[in-house]
This record gives sequence, C-alpha cells and structure tokens, in this order.
Amino acid sequence: MDTMVRSHIMVCAGTGCSSSNSPAIIRALEQQITAHQLEGEVKVVQTGCFGLCAMGPVVLIYPEGAFYTHVTPADAPEIVEEHIIKGRIVQRLLHREGSQKNTVTSLSDTRFYKPQVRIALRNCGVIDPENIEEYIANDGYAALGRILTAPIAPQEVIDTIKASGLRGRGGAGFSTGTKWQFTKDAVSEDGIKYVACNADEGDPGAFMDRSILEGDPHSVLEAMAIAGYAVGAHIGYIYVRAEYPIAVSRLQTAIDQAHSYGLLGTNIFDSGFDFDIELRLGAGAFVCGEETALMTSIEGHRGEPRPRPPFPAVKGLFRRPTLLNNVETYANITWILNHGAQAFAAIGTPASTGTKVFALGGKIANTGLVEIPMGTTLRTIIEEIGGGCPGGKAFKAAQTGGPSGGCIPASLIDTPIDYDSLTAIGSMMGSGGLIVMDEDNCMVDIAKFFLEFIVDESCGKCTPCRIGTKRLYELLTKITEGKGTMEDLDTIEELCHHLKTSSLCALGQSAPNPVLSTLRYFREEYVAHIVEHRCPAGVCKRLLRFEIDPVKCRGCTLCIRNCPADAIAGTPKSPHIIDQEKCVKCGACMDNCRFDAICKH
Amino acid sequence: MPNCKTVVPYRGTKEQEDRLRAVIARYKGQPGATMPVLQAAQEIFGYLPEEVQILIAEGLEIPLSEVYGVVSFYAQFTLNPKGQHQISVCLGTACYVKGAGDILEELERQLGIQSGSVTTDGKFSLDACRCIGACGLAPVMTIGNDVYGRLTKNQIGPILEKYRG
Repeated sequence: MDTMVRSHIMVCAGTGCSSSNSPAIIRALEQQITAHQLEGEVKVVQTGCFGLCAMGPVVLIYPEGAFYTHVTPADAPEIVEEHIIKGRIVQRLLHREGSQKNTVTSLSDTRFYKPQVRIALRNCGVIDPENIEEYIANDGYAALGRILTAPIAPQEVIDTIKASGLRGRGGAGFSTGTKWQFTKDAVSEDGIKYVACNADEGDPGAFMDRSILEGDPHSVLEAMAIAGYAVGAHIGYIYVRAEYPIAVSRLQTAIDQAHSYGLLGTNIFDSGFDFDIELRLGAGAFVCGEETALMTSIEGHRGEPRPRPPFPAVKGLFRRPTLLNNVETYANITWILNHGAQAFAAIGTPASTGTKVFALGGKIANTGLVEIPMGTTLRTIIEEIGGGCPGGKAFKAAQTGGPSGGCIPASLIDTPIDYDSLTAIGSMMGSGGLIVMDEDNCMVDIAKFFLEFIVDESCGKCTPCRIGTKRLYELLTKITEGKGTMEDLDTIEELCHHLKTSSLCALGQSAPNPVLSTLRYFREEYVAHIVEHRCPAGVCKRLLRFEIDPVKCRGCTLCIRNCPADAIAGTPKSPHIIDQEKCVKCGACMDNCRFDAICKH
Repeated sequence: MPNCKTVVPYRGTKEQEDRLRAVIARYKGQPGATMPVLQAAQEIFGYLPEEVQILIAEGLEIPLSEVYGVVSFYAQFTLNPKGQHQISVCLGTACYVKGAGDILEELERQLGIQSGSVTTDGKFSLDACRCIGACGLAPVMTIGNDVYGRLTKNQIGPILEKYRG
C-alpha cells in the first residue's frame, strides 16, 4: 500500500509525450528522488494524456499545480533539487500562454482548459492508468457494483442511458440507449449475445480513443460490463488498432487487474453475473472501423462489410445479436450512471447532449486533445482553446470527420459544433479529428489527399466504391496538374452522387464528402487550377514555377549543387538561372538558398 | 502497394516453426483464430512467406486460399521481409498538412527506393503509414521504435546517417 506522500509528480505517458521521451524523464526523476532519499515522500506517477500535446512532454507537480512543458530528462535534477527540495518553482519550464507572458500555475484557468468540460477524459492525466486502485478511488467500478448488487434491472439501466440523450461518438450519432434496447430485445437462438467496442480509430488525425484507452482503460471495461448486463451478454470484444501498442498493453494490464480483483470473470460482485473481455487486434485496414467490417474481421476474415439490415443488434458477431459502441461512447457511460441522466443532458444542446472530444491538429498552436460541451462554436475551439494558427497565418478551414467528413470554411467559424449543425453544412461530427488549415493549404490538394486515402483503403467488395473513388481521384489529379476542364467539375459532382447512393457501406457513401464540401466552399480554387493553371496556395507542384531573383542571387552555386535534375545553370559569382523545362519542382534549391533569392509562384 | 511474392528464400528455423505450432495449438478451435495466429506468426518470422501460410492453413485446418486472402487484405501483414531498420512516414492528415509528403519524397530520394520497398543491402525499408497518433509532433516518422517529430527535410540526412553505421 502506498503511504501518504507530500508531492506527486505527474508525467504524461501518452503516445505524444512518450514519442518525445517521457519514459526517460520518468526514469531520470526516479533516479533523482532515490539519490536524494525522497522515496517515501515524493511519488512519480505516469498518467494518460493531458491534452496539450503541442507542449509535450509535460509534467504536472502537485500540490502546487505547477505545469511544466517541453521537459527533457536533463531537467530532472533541477526539478527535484529546486522544486521538490527547496520549494522553488522552475520558472523557465512553466507553461506560459500566448503574448501575455504572465506565469500561469493553475491549469484549469488557462485558455486551453477553461472552456473545456471533461467527462470522457475525466481521468486522463489524473490517474495512473496501470493502477486499478487509482481508478477505483475515483468512483471506479462503483456504478457496476451498485447495478449488480442492488440490483438495478437491465431495463432501468437502459432507460437511464436513453434519458441522458447520449449519441454514438464514433461518428454517425445514433442514440446509444436505443441501440442498447434493440440488442436487449433481440432474440438469440442459443441465448448468446455479444458486446463489442470499436477501438479501430482509423481517421487520420484522430486520437481521442487512443488517449482514453491509454489514460483510463478501466472506464471502458466497466462500461462494457454494464452494457453486457443490460443487454444480456457475457462476452465482450475490444477491437483495437495494432498501431496503438501503448493502448493495447494498458488494456491488457487493465483486463488482468480487473480479473484479479473479481471485477471481470465469473460471479462479479457475488451477483451471479459473468462477464469477460477479449482483445482483438486490427491489422491496418481503415474499413474495419465500419461496424459490419469490424465484426467480419473479428471473425477472422477479410474485413469486408456486409449489407445492412440485418443490423448488428439483430445479427452481428458470429451471427448473434451484438452491441457495438465506440470507445468514447463507453467512456461516458459510468459518468452518466454515477451523476444521473439529467446532469448529462444539462450539458450541451437539447439534440446533442454532453461533450465531445476533439483531436486538434494541423496548423494550430495548441495541438492536442480537447473536450468541449456540444454546441461550442468552432471559433472558441480554434481561437481560444487552440490559440489560432501559428506564424500569424490566416485561418482558412477546419476539417472534421476525416475522410468521411468535410471542410468548414472560415466564414462559418461561428457554427456550433453538434451533430446536426455539422451535417447541415456538409461536414459531419465523425469520430472527432479536427484538422486546422491555413492559407498555405490548397483545398483541391486536400480533397485529393483524402481520395487517395480512400482509394487505398476501399476494400473492393462493391463496384461503386472500388472504381468510383479511383476515377474521382484521377479527375482530381488531372485538376491539380492543370489539365482539368470545367466539364470535369460536373463529372465529379455526378460521380459523387452515384457513390453516395450506391456504395455498400459508409466508407464509400461518405467518400465524396471532402470533395463536395471543398467544391461547395472553395470552388474558386478549383476554377483557378483549371482556368488559370494556377494553385493559389502554391502547393500543387505541377503548377508551380521556381525562379531566381538575379538581384538577390550571389552566385554561390549551392542551388546548382543541390538540384537533382541539373536544371540550374550559372557560374560562380554571377546570377543563376533555372531551366523550367528540366525543373522537377522539388524545391531543393529554395530550401538550400541562404540569400532568400529563390521564389515560387 | 507492392506486395507480391517474395524472391527471398525461406529461412525459417525449426525453433521458429515450433513456436508457431504452439501458437496454433493455443488458438485452434476458437472462433476468429486466423488473425491472432497470423499476427503471432509475423512476430516470429518478421513476415508471412508461403511456407508459413501453409503451416497455418494446415494447423488451423482452413483452406490456404483463406489464409492468403486475409494476409493480402490487411496492410500490416507483409509477404516480404522488411529492412533491418523499418522507416515509416506518417501520412495522416495532421502530418500531411504540415508537409509529410515532402519528408517521404526526401527519404525516397536519399535511399533511392520507392515507398513500400527495401534497399538492396537490406538495411532500410520505407513505408508510408497511417496516423500513429502523435499529431502534436507532426510531421512524424518512425525508424524501428524511435520516433522523430517536428521534422524538416534537412534533418533526414543526419538521421539516416545514425543508422548507416
């Protein structure tokens, strides 16, 4: 058992901070603590994601609440000697905000955290995810215990979830309570039903589910056990991406701990209820995030989708009724059961209750993980929480919903973020990736990027998606190379319509969204590529010209030596010239020029 | 992605095959056994040549065509051995908008190979990968278990040099 300690040093061990060496920071801090014989007084805790990934690796020290950013293992001696021993906060490592430069010590008062409401992320950055007792100390397994021992009838549990208004956080936004009801009501011939968790977070730029699994794995296990009790299932599967090794290992640790505490397995809480959870690893197929494909994959086959109906609630995994929810959806369940449906419904908007976690990425100062009440405007997320685009660049668009979503232009920055508002403007909530783009991003190129992704990931089972996305990609490529025609735009729109209406699964049906939404809001960029053979953002290489300014050029020959195509001519100390015929537009000359003499346009 | 039949001769050892047989014995008869067995096999052998697929098909008593179907469907399963140092460049959206495409091009240029292939000396293999979730560090690449974030093209040469040694 742990004794009372006077200081807790919380070190983020999420994927972002781990990638920038937080495990070494933990080791260095522990060495320092041992060296100063402080083992009984100070405890180093590895936590889940704090959210402010841009500032990583981050370290938070209690009771002072000092938030240190960009910490390196070499900082450990100073942190221990100054902060822990002498009580002097290490000013140079403290998180400072924007231009104010005043020292901020309380995290919840920062512009990044203030507008946030943490429900799904309530334990992330707060507890050690590899220690079940820390989860239990924060109301963990209380809901499961109460439901099983009271006992509370399965229908009553489902009614609470329904009353909360919770909608699926995986993207489509279907009512969670209704889904539970369908699965409960479905008849299984041999009595077997399943509960499954979709942790195949494939949207590029989305990492909410990973952070929950890494930071608070027990909240998902507990919710799955409750779901099993409510719908009458005894086996749960978590289908998790193999690309998330830390999440996989923490989940396995959590499952083992829950077993040894009797919170999973047979006769949980002496109630006679049995529930077990197995992990299944994905193998790198985006389509497996689609519910029917996910189940086909768990069954051990090629992850191809199946037609619906029958829906999973009726005939799912191994042809039995199956309840499938997303990680973030499960992470909300125990909070709702502990705090009541009304408390949850009071947050957000009437049709979209509660909060949503977003992974903020791209051209934004505070990249990271944020959880906001539904109905918060995009402006709050980007300007306040996110801190705007870095380098004083102008915000151009935000992309939500990954390859299935769309772009929200700067003109709609006051759109409230909820399921229905986003659908109305041609995007979608999606799983929660929010990529910010500035004036340097070409929207035609972005649409092409998503299409390329879809072409790669289309499983090939149905023709509209297999061939349609490929043709769409070819049309976009043509435009980015300056060979497009205005008729191509009509063809694109028609093809998009066919894809939407005739693809087998959501992957194909939503594949046109990035194209349609950029066409809707940034049509003039498409036209500039086609008519003027110009890429306004200067991204599409085939349309670029690199030129040397003869006034600025000192004739140093560095560009000549770096050009892979021998396209630059000139002698030392006289201005060089780029042969446009030979130029492959790689930009090596511009990257290497020390006199800023090369421009692209 | 080029993922055709390998030309590298099979060099599996008896010890590796025994480990695989033990895995097969553990999963045999369980519903949905194919994927976990293939994942374990790739751990053991590093890739999934025909010989290994035959072992699995016979062990689990399922058609070889089904095993091959699953192997060729998922991006993580590979029919060819990877390089000694596996380089993956994240082409997730967050990395892409921050110039990951240029990083990949630079790696292709310096290594002289296309994404999806291995250098002739077997030292490096290069792949584009889906989001690894380190979006705060974009653009990101991994070499083996090492993660490199906030990359610029100029850093590529010195980083590769560390592994050439």
